[in-house]
Amino acid sequence: MSEHGSKTAPAAGVHAGETRRDFIHIAAATVAAGGVAAVAWPFIQQLAPAADTRALSSAEVDVSKVPLGSEIRVLIGGQPFFIRHRTPAEIASAKAGDTAQLRDPATDDSRLVKGMDGNLNPAILVTSGTCTHLGCVPVGPAQGSVGEFGGWYCPCHGSHYDTSGRIRKGPAPKNLAIPKYEYSSPSMIKISL
Amino acid sequence: MRIAKLALAGLAALAAGAIALPSLAQEHGAPAAGGEAEHAASGGEHHLLEPKGGWPHEDYFGTFDQNQLQRGFKVYSEVCSACHGMKLLSFRNLGEQGGPFFDARYPNPNDNPVVKQIAATFVNQIPTVDPDSGDMVKMPAKTSDRILGPYANDVAARVLNGGALPPDLSIITKARHGGAGYVYSLLLGYNAPPAGLTVAAGQHYNAYFGGDTAASWVGDPRLKPPGGFLAMAWPLENANVTFDDGIPTTKEQMAHDVAVFLAWAGDPKAVARKQMGAAVIPFLILLSLLVFLSYKALWRNVEH
Amino acid sequence: MSGPSTYEPKTGIEKWLDTRLPIIRFGADLMDFPTPKNLNYWWTFGGILAVCLVIQIVTGIVLAMHYVANTQMAFASVERIMRDVDFGWLIRNIHANGASMFFLAVYVHMFRGMYYGSYKNPREVIWILGVVIYFLMMATAFMGYVLPWGQMSFHGSAVITNLIGAIPLVGEPVKTYLMGGPAIGDATLNRFFSLHYLLPFVIAGIVVLHIWALHVPGNNNPTGVSVKDVKKDTVPFHPYYTVKDGFAIIVFLILFALFVFYFPNALGHADNSIEANPLQTPAHIVPEWYLLPFYAILRAITFDVGPIPAKLLGVIAMFGAILILFVLPWLDTSKVRSMRYRPFARSIFVVFVFAAIGLGFCGANDPDKLVFKTQADQLALTYNNTNGQPQREVFDDYAAASAKMRSLPPTAGAAIEVQSTGFKWLWLSQILGAYYFLYFLVLLPLLGVIEKPKARPASIADSVRKKHSPAPAAAVAAE
Repeated sequence: MSEHGSKTAPAAGVHAGETRRDFIHIAAATVAAGGVAAVAWPFIQQLAPAADTRALSSAEVDVSKVPLGSEIRVLIGGQPFFIRHRTPAEIASAKAGDTAQLRDPATDDSRLVKGMDGNLNPAILVTSGTCTHLGCVPVGPAQGSVGEFGGWYCPCHGSHYDTSGRIRKGPAPKNLAIPKYEYSSPSMIKISL
Repeated sequence: MRIAKLALAGLAALAAGAIALPSLAQEHGAPAAGGEAEHAASGGEHHLLEPKGGWPHEDYFGTFDQNQLQRGFKVYSEVCSACHGMKLLSFRNLGEQGGPFFDARYPNPNDNPVVKQIAATFVNQIPTVDPDSGDMVKMPAKTSDRILGPYANDVAARVLNGGALPPDLSIITKARHGGAGYVYSLLLGYNAPPAGLTVAAGQHYNAYFGGDTAASWVGDPRLKPPGGFLAMAWPLENANVTFDDGIPTTKEQMAHDVAVFLAWAGDPKAVARKQMGAAVIPFLILLSLLVFLSYKALWRNVEH
Repeated sequence: MSGPSTYEPKTGIEKWLDTRLPIIRFGADLMDFPTPKNLNYWWTFGGILAVCLVIQIVTGIVLAMHYVANTQMAFASVERIMRDVDFGWLIRNIHANGASMFFLAVYVHMFRGMYYGSYKNPREVIWILGVVIYFLMMATAFMGYVLPWGQMSFHGSAVITNLIGAIPLVGEPVKTYLMGGPAIGDATLNRFFSLHYLLPFVIAGIVVLHIWALHVPGNNNPTGVSVKDVKKDTVPFHPYYTVKDGFAIIVFLILFALFVFYFPNALGHADNSIEANPLQTPAHIVPEWYLLPFYAILRAITFDVGPIPAKLLGVIAMFGAILILFVLPWLDTSKVRSMRYRPFARSIFVVFVFAAIGLGFCGANDPDKLVFKTQADQLALTYNNTNGQPQREVFDDYAAASAKMRSLPPTAGAAIEVQSTGFKWLWLSQILGAYYFLYFLVLLPLLGVIEKPKARPASIADSVRKKHSPAPAAAVAAE
C-alpha cells in the first residue's frame, strides 16, 4: 500500500480516524486474548488424572472371601479400604451404638448399602481405611488390635472406632468414610472412588 | 514490502509443500521422492492396493465408521490375536469416544458392559500373581488391562515363530509407510511367487513386504519381483469371520476392516485432532486479519 | 543505539520501585527502543523465534510431567501421553512439530542475517551469540529426538556418538562419558533427558545476551545504512513492531497449526514409531530434516587425505561446516552491508541457499543411489579370469549375460548384478558441499575486494522517501 505523501490528516478527520483505529486495536487485542485463554485450557486440563488413572479408580471385591470376624484391605487409586465380615456380636454392638452419644452421629444401617435383593447385609461393612484425624491407616482385627470399641484403633494419635467404623474416642472428628459401592452380585461389590 | 510479504508467504508455502507432500504421498502409497531404485530396495515398489472408496479416514474431515471398527476388531481378535498383541492399548480404549464400542450411556469406558465382556472373554489372558498361592496364573482380562499377545515374552514369541517376532500392532499403521494402505496391501499381497523365485522353507513371498528378492531370484536381476519374504503365512487364507452386521465375509472385506481398525488404534485421537484444527485454523486466519488491520492502522501515518 | 533512558515514572509505586529495582524502566526502554522504520518481514523472525522457544519450553515442561526416561518405559510413556493424558496428543504434536518450526524460523533468520550483512561490524557478537544458540538448538534437538526411544532415536544416536568416537585421542573417552556405558542405553537416556531439559534454559539466557548485544548498535535494516537521525529514521518498537511481529507470529502459527492438526507425522519418520531394537538396524538411518545438510556433508567425504581417514575427515567437515559460521564476520571483506547493493554477491548467496537446501535432500538419500539415471539399467557380469584377475563385462541383454556366465568354469566365481548408470547423490553432496565451503572461504573474501557495489541511499529516511516518490533527484554517490 503506497503512501503518497499522506503525512497530513485533516483535523476533523483525525478524531474519527482515531476512534476507528482504536476499535481495531481493541478488537484485535481482545480476540488475541481469547485465543491465549483457549490455548491455556489444554495445558491446565492435562494435569487432571489421565484416562488410565480414571480407569483404575474402581475395583471389584469378592466379599465371600472375607473370613468371619476379620477383614480384607484393598488399595484403589492408592487409597486403602476395609471390607469387614462382622460377627453377630459385632453387629449387635454396632446397633447398640446407634443410641450412644456420638461425635459424628450416624446409624449403623445408614452406613450399609442394599444388596441386589433390596436388603441390607449387616455382615459386610465397607469403609475407607483412612483415619479422619490426620490420615493414618488404623489397625484392625487382622493386626490383633481393635481398640476399646471392637472396631479399629489408630495407633498414630489414639483414635478408637466402633464396629460400625464410627469415632468413639480420640482426636478424629468424623467416622470412617463409607465409599461409593454397590453389589454387582450377591458376593461381589464394586467400590468406586 | 508487499513483494517481500508475498515472497515470504510463497516461500513458506513452498517449504510446507515440498516437505509435506512427498511424505503425504507416501502415506497414500505413491512412490517416495527418493529415487525409485532406493524405494524398490525398501520394498513395496509398486503402488499400494486401495479398497473401493479409498481411505476416507485420512481426509481432512475424515471420520471412522463405528461398524467398520467393530468388524475390524473382530478380525483382529479372531485372526490376528493368535500371534499379535496390542499392548499399548487397554480394553477400555475400545469404549472411548470415537472407538469401536463407544456407548454414550457409559462415558467412563471402564463401565461399558460390552467392553467388559470383550475383555473377560478375550483369548489372551493376563498373567497375574495368584493371591492364594503367589504363583503366576492367567486371569481373564479386566477393562483396565492391556490387550496382550499370547506369548509370555519376546523370546517365547520368537521360539514359537521360527525366530521371527510378530510385531505389536498398537501403532503399526504409523510405523509403516503407507499406513492402512500398507496393511491392506500386505494382507492381500500373498501372490504366488513368480517362476524363478525360490521361497525358503518357513518363509512366504509377499509383493508388498519390505526387503530384497534379488538373492532368491534366478533371472534378469533388473526384473526381480517387488516385495520380500516374511515368516507370516497368509493369515486370511482360512479365516472366516462372521460379521455381526451381516456384511458378507470376503478376504478384501476382512483386510479392509482390520486395516481401518488398526488405523484407528494407531491414532485414536485423529478425528478429535482434525476437529480441533478445523476450529483453530479459521480462528487464526480471523485473528491474523484483525491484527493485520491493526498494523495497517498504526503505520498509516508513518512513511515506510 | 543504546542511549539514555526516556522513561519517567508517573505514580508513587512506580517511583518507589524505580529506585529499588528499575524493572519497569527496563521494560519501557525495550518498548521505546528506536527501531528503523524500513524493516521488512524478514525481520519478524526474531520475534517468531522467541515465541517458538517459549512454546517448546512450556510444552516440554508439561510433557516431562508424564514422560518416563527409562528404556523399558519411554516408548510406552509417549504412547500414554498420546492416548490417555487429556490433550496429551496435542501437547506432544506441538512439541515435536515445534522443533521443526523452530529450525525453519532459525534458518530464515540466519539467511536474513547473511543477506543483509547483519553479522558485520559492529554486530559480530550478536552473530556469534546467534551461532552459539544455533549449536545449542541442534544439541537440544538431537537429545530430544532420542527420548521417544524409537528405532531412529536409538540408531541415529548410535551413529552420531560413534562419530564422536572417530576423533583421535579424546574421541573414545568422550564417547563413553557421553553414553555413560559401552552403548546407548538407560544411562544415556537419563542424562539426555536431564540435558534436554537444561539446555533450553541456557538457550534462553543466551537469547537475553543476544538481544542485549543487539540493543547496543540497534537493529540493522534492509539498506544496511546505519541510523542517522533517530526521529526521521526510526519508530519506537512498541507499538509499531510489536504489532507487526504479532501479525507475523500469527501467520507463522497458521503454518504450525497445519502441521500439528493435519500433518503431524509428515516431518518425522515411520521407523520412529517402532520401539528401539538394538539388534535390528533400520534400512536407512536419517536424522530429522533440519540436520540433513550437515549429515550430507558428513557422508560426502569418502576418501582419505594422507594419514587422516575418511570417517574422521567427514566428522571434521561436518563440524567445520558449523564452526565456519563463527568466523563469517571476518571472512566477508566487503565494506557494503546489505546484498541489496551487491548484485553479484546476491546471486552467489542465492546459489548458496539452494546449495544448502540441496544438501538437505542429499542427506535424506542413500549416497550410492542415483539422483537420476542417464541410461537404462544394464547387467554387469563379474568373474575372475584364468589369471585370477577380476573382470567385469557389461551386457544389455540377460540371455547374453547368462550364456556367457554358463560358459565360464565354476572356479571363476561369476555373478550377474544390476549396473545402474547415473548421477549419484554422493557426487551431488560433494559438489554442493564444496560450494558451501567455497562460499565462505573463497567467494565472500574475494567478492568484497573485487565487486563494484550499487549506490546506497544516504539514509534510511532517504531510501523510504525515494521508494514512495521516486523523484528524479540526484542519486547520492556511493559512499
